[in-house]
Amino acid sequence: MLILSRKMNEKIMIGEDISITIIEIRGDQVKIGVEAPKSVKVFRQEVFLAIKNENRAAATSADANLESLSGLTLK
Amino acid sequence: MDIKTKAMGTVSIVERQIIEIPAGFYGFEKYKRFALIDATQKPFIWIQSLDDEGLAFLAIDPFLFRPDYEIDVDDAALAEIGVSSPSDVLVFALITVPQDGGPITANLQGPLIVNKANNMAVQAVLSDAKWGTKHDLLAEFSAKGGTRC
Repeated sequence: MLILSRKMNEKIMIGEDISITIIEIRGDQVKIGVEAPKSVKVFRQEVFLAIKNENRAAATSADANLESLSGLTLK
Repeated sequence: MDIKTKAMGTVSIVERQIIEIPAGFYGFEKYKRFALIDATQKPFIWIQSLDDEGLAFLAIDPFLFRPDYEIDVDDAALAEIGVSSPSDVLVFALITVPQDGGPITANLQGPLIVNKANNMAVQAVLSDAKWGTKHDLLAEFSAKGGTRC
């Protein structure tokens, strides 16, 4: 893990194609700009973890009694 | 071809039921080949791994129970599976049946996006706070005024 400090408007490069800019610092919130190629996915960590955990829960789903949900349809 | 499934024993499928997920599902990145199979209960489907018969996800078209579902899939995800036309896109939400008997939920934040034109798929991550990972199917379906046949 690399630990470093930046001031407002300073950047960090990750490899040649990804850059992080500190856009604004206000109280305990930092506004960060991320520039990356389309092939690189960027999201908040907690969102990524939530999806991963939900996938795991879905994969180990109990045998479903889906009868209560059968025949879902719209008016 | 016949395949072994988690929930339905051996099932016969055809080529066009097979999808490829190059990046895999988050947390299951090594598994890339799946078959889409109708579940015994409509309108659910199973997304069954072809590489591990014990890995399968129950799924549903999210628009069936949330007609107000609206997603803006990022270009990177669409480019990964070569989507050139919106009419080629199929969306599936993965279903979780909790072990503790709690409500059955659908993940609307991480839908599987399938490109019908080439049968490639990607799990998208939506940043709209309106869509979470645990939407109560029964509760939300009733709320949206649906009926059951």
